[in-house]
Amino acid sequence: MLKQFADWLVFDTIGLVPGTHSGEALNFFIYDTLKIFLLLTTIIFVVAIIRSSFPPERTKRMLSHKREYVGNVLAALLGIVTPFCSCSAVPLFIGFVESGVPLGVTFSFLISSPMVNEIALIMLWGLFGWKIALIYISTGLLVAIIGGIIIGKMKMEKYVQDYVWEMQVGKTEIVKQTFREKLEYARGYTFELLKKIWPYVVIGVGLGAFIHGYAPQDFLVRYAGRDNMFAVPLAVLVGVPLYSNAAGVIPIVHALMEKGMAIGTVLAFMMAVTALSLPEAIILKNVLKNRLLVVFFGTVAVAIICVGYLFNAIL
Amino acid sequence: MKIEVLGTGCAKCKNLYENVKKAVEESGKSAEIVKVEEIPKIMAYGVMSTPALVVDGKVVFSGKVASVAEISGVL
Repeated sequence: MLKQFADWLVFDTIGLVPGTHSGEALNFFIYDTLKIFLLLTTIIFVVAIIRSSFPPERTKRMLSHKREYVGNVLAALLGIVTPFCSCSAVPLFIGFVESGVPLGVTFSFLISSPMVNEIALIMLWGLFGWKIALIYISTGLLVAIIGGIIIGKMKMEKYVQDYVWEMQVGKTEIVKQTFREKLEYARGYTFELLKKIWPYVVIGVGLGAFIHGYAPQDFLVRYAGRDNMFAVPLAVLVGVPLYSNAAGVIPIVHALMEKGMAIGTVLAFMMAVTALSLPEAIILKNVLKNRLLVVFFGTVAVAIICVGYLFNAIL
Repeated sequence: MKIEVLGTGCAKCKNLYENVKKAVEESGKSAEIVKVEEIPKIMAYGVMSTPALVVDGKVVFSGKVASVAEISGVL
């Protein structure tokens, strides 16, 4: 239905010709923008309701004194549904380790929570289809589980800032919410998030549409195709400073894939954008000594690069 | 009445602080509004997601920017 609307608007009403650069670009832009905003509004709302039932305080209780492996898997899964904003990373981290959540399990949560987020999933689902979105979730969870297990095995507790262990954490109260309050919260959350990300979405889709309409087919095959060994690490490197703009980055990546970027490279790039963020690193420096911070970022980066090579090899 | 706004100084915490000020003004009640930015003090309340709102030592909201109407409801 959206496709018909975009066709009608661009070709019948505005009068651009199908198959031309400008016609295809504008048609693509209108179709994608409408589709993405529709998906964003409905899914963010639903996710917000689900999330209001999983406050971090409850997640902490579920993870407290869990053994590794089981704990890592559970933490990665809870990372999807527990709301997380990098500005609360410090109280969250302290709350976790203080209540006896093992360090490795805490990291599984810290990796999965920003990476497997609803915006990235909606955009991937809407633009790339559910198969790619599903691959992204499952490999994202795997990266979080394995990354957390590795960090746990390295016994790095002494590289957590010393004051964290001495912190007195008050008894946590879970503020109960009625369903009405949850709906209210979800409405506010959706509105706030859309207000924040809409310019990125429009710019991202605009650039994507431009690439779709104007860039020659296969122009990226040589640089970002599966035969270029350096494409995956390079994509990860480029992804790091693009943090928090998943909404704007995904439409561009979608267009780049059409022009020959390999799927593993696409996945690695996406994961780097969401999971490796400089602002988060700076915030986490408050609770982690440099060595642990480097190990955390290094482990995640290596895991993401492996995902990239793996999917370039098998798909 | 003592109202504390817990948060490490992000944009959301400032928004919550402004909403609290408005809510208190509208209610006409006298209340002391304090910003709490030190991690140990925030942790002492057991709060794990900021911003959070504490009224007379009790956590009423955490992890969200409560609206003026919502804040008025708990004053």
